[in-house]
Amino acid sequence: MIMFRYIFIFITILFTSSAAAEEKEVQYIYLGKDYPSPPPLSLLEKILTDEGVQGARLSLKVNNQMGRMFDYKFELKEIIVAKDEDPVESVKNHLQQSSKLIIADLNSKDLIKLANFPATKDAIILNINAEDDYLRVSECRNNVFHIIPSLSMRTDALAQYLIWKKWNKWFLVSGKHQVDKDYVKAVRRSAKKFGAKIVEERSYKLETGNKRVDSGHQQIQTQMPMLTRGAKNHDVVFVADLNESFGLYLPYRTAEPRPVVGTYGLVASVWHRSFEQYAGTQLQNAFEEFAGRIMTEKDYLAWLAVKLLGNAIIRTKSLEPASLQPYILADDLNLSAYKGRPLSFRKWNQQLRQPILISSDRALVSVSPQEGFLHPKFYTDTLGFDKPESKCNLSNS
Amino acid sequence: MKITLVIIVAFLINVYADETFAGKLFVSNERDNTVTVVDSESLEIISIIPTGRRPRGIITSIDNKEIFVCVGDDDRIDVIDVETLKVVRTLDPGPDPELLDTDPSGERIYIANEDDAMVTVMKVTDGEVLAIIPVGVEPEGMRVHPDNHITVATSEETSMAHFIDNETFELQDNILVDTRPRHAEYTRDGKQVWVSSEIGGTVSVIDVDSREIVHKVRFDIKGIRPELIQPIGMRMSKDGQYAFVALGPANHIAVVDTKSYEVKKYILVGQRPWHIEIHPDGSKLYVANGLTNDMTIIDVSSLKATKSVPVGRLPWGIAFAK
Repeated sequence: MIMFRYIFIFITILFTSSAAAEEKEVQYIYLGKDYPSPPPLSLLEKILTDEGVQGARLSLKVNNQMGRMFDYKFELKEIIVAKDEDPVESVKNHLQQSSKLIIADLNSKDLIKLANFPATKDAIILNINAEDDYLRVSECRNNVFHIIPSLSMRTDALAQYLIWKKWNKWFLVSGKHQVDKDYVKAVRRSAKKFGAKIVEERSYKLETGNKRVDSGHQQIQTQMPMLTRGAKNHDVVFVADLNESFGLYLPYRTAEPRPVVGTYGLVASVWHRSFEQYAGTQLQNAFEEFAGRIMTEKDYLAWLAVKLLGNAIIRTKSLEPASLQPYILADDLNLSAYKGRPLSFRKWNQQLRQPILISSDRALVSVSPQEGFLHPKFYTDTLGFDKPESKCNLSNS
Repeated sequence: MKITLVIIVAFLINVYADETFAGKLFVSNERDNTVTVVDSESLEIISIIPTGRRPRGIITSIDNKEIFVCVGDDDRIDVIDVETLKVVRTLDPGPDPELLDTDPSGERIYIANEDDAMVTVMKVTDGEVLAIIPVGVEPEGMRVHPDNHITVATSEETSMAHFIDNETFELQDNILVDTRPRHAEYTRDGKQVWVSSEIGGTVSVIDVDSREIVHKVRFDIKGIRPELIQPIGMRMSKDGQYAFVALGPANHIAVVDTKSYEVKKYILVGQRPWHIEIHPDGSKLYVANGLTNDMTIIDVSSLKATKSVPVGRLPWGIAFAK
């Protein structure tokens, strides 16, 4: 008994045995751009300048905790270019030193440019920003993997929930920007796919103007009922406002007492602060301790991208994209992402298949796919464009 | 005369039962912040003990006098007296304890600090911390080898089984297993450690001496989608013939032959079976069903679920005390 009595605290130094082995260095590139973006409509939402990057940094830490045991050292080169700079020009010089593993926080135009650049032909580009459906339907690239869900995955996720609720009549209200129009297209497609009816479509054309004005609420209180008055009988108001123009003002101000869904109200995302299931609490806590703020969806996507790369390198014992690609595309990738089920990629367009959270402002409401929406292979493939609907057929599929 | 005989027989049965069957089952209810105590014979609820917040990992002390419950949200271990059924003392195990195990001598407990990627080793008597060992991220599974030379901890987020030297507290080996390993369990002969991977959907069988993965057990239940098969809690039958594996959202317990690695049977239980415990005499298996708020009792000789007992909300783990 005495031999087990220790009178001091013994803290072991980890991994001393591995010091002798040669350390392999891996450098990821986080490539972003400071796109002009409107400030959040809600004063409760802070303007963040480190969204995404913080998720990547946290994940890098975990990469290294795991990597040390296998003699890997992971680094993150962060390149965020100004709004008038070309991200492809800026990344050129780094492609030689780095491992050609890029987390792309870029819009679809810049993403395509990066993917078409000769020096990235053999790279792995993980898209955490561009939601455009055409990147998954016609403009697929062998070197691009989509971590972020497409617009239609989001609208399908909402649609399934609305159908489950039997809220089948939608009144669609949209902003005037191109992204709003893309979202409207996705909503129309989801309605058709799941048998809902868009009873009427309207757009909100007023300039947002300066948001921070005294007594602004009085104008809003009259504008929102005007926008929604006299619409055909509907169950929900489906709002398409991706540019922070007016969507926030719809709930409680619509002409008819109807719930608001879409880009405000009930929303579809892959991460939300209210999500705690499947050990999600651990990630929420770890991120808050690390970054001193809550984890946004962009942070989560960057976190997941870096996690995927770390896992792929440690499991395949390779840094070569050619060896990593088959690992990433395997049906039994079994990527765990706090979603209670293993995630994998759709081979034909390299989109990550994943459950999508349906949340109100402050609480989780549901997770799609909903019960009863069946698919012969993956339930999650009921979200977004399935293989027969996509023109993409990347060589691996 | 006849009546006397009946009484004597009844008395004998009772004595026999006292020696082999009677005991208390302690079920941690993660959502309720309680531990439900169930009489193992009558299956009646004896007591509901309030604990700290988020009670999860629960074990019995070697002398059967105390129950240790990890109450993660209070960064504490509550110690329940088996006789008085009250929390009589607490231990400070560091942040967010999730699961723990005791060494065979009953001197120490090994605790997984989930949020801090550490294993804390502590003296049972006074809570003195003997070691803090950094491991992979989100450590959970924790089992001390029956001969006390090593402890295996599993890290969920980094998908490894860590072999800890119980004398030096150093990590001897870190073995990559399938995604999200939740629990480690030794075969009765101590030669293998089985590690369940929740998201990977497999159990890795690791040879304790060579540290090689000698087999991966896979599961296939007709009519249940593979992604719902999520192995979590495990126990070995007393005769060493079977491993019992709780399959989470697949709502079944798999009975695996430890020699051939074949699944002999899938036993339907409540929803989302999480951790399981076996009666010390090997006759019964107890299953905590997280979503149906009950405990299933399985008769080991017939491999059949015989009864289900309601407990608190989100039952997580079970400990048996004589």
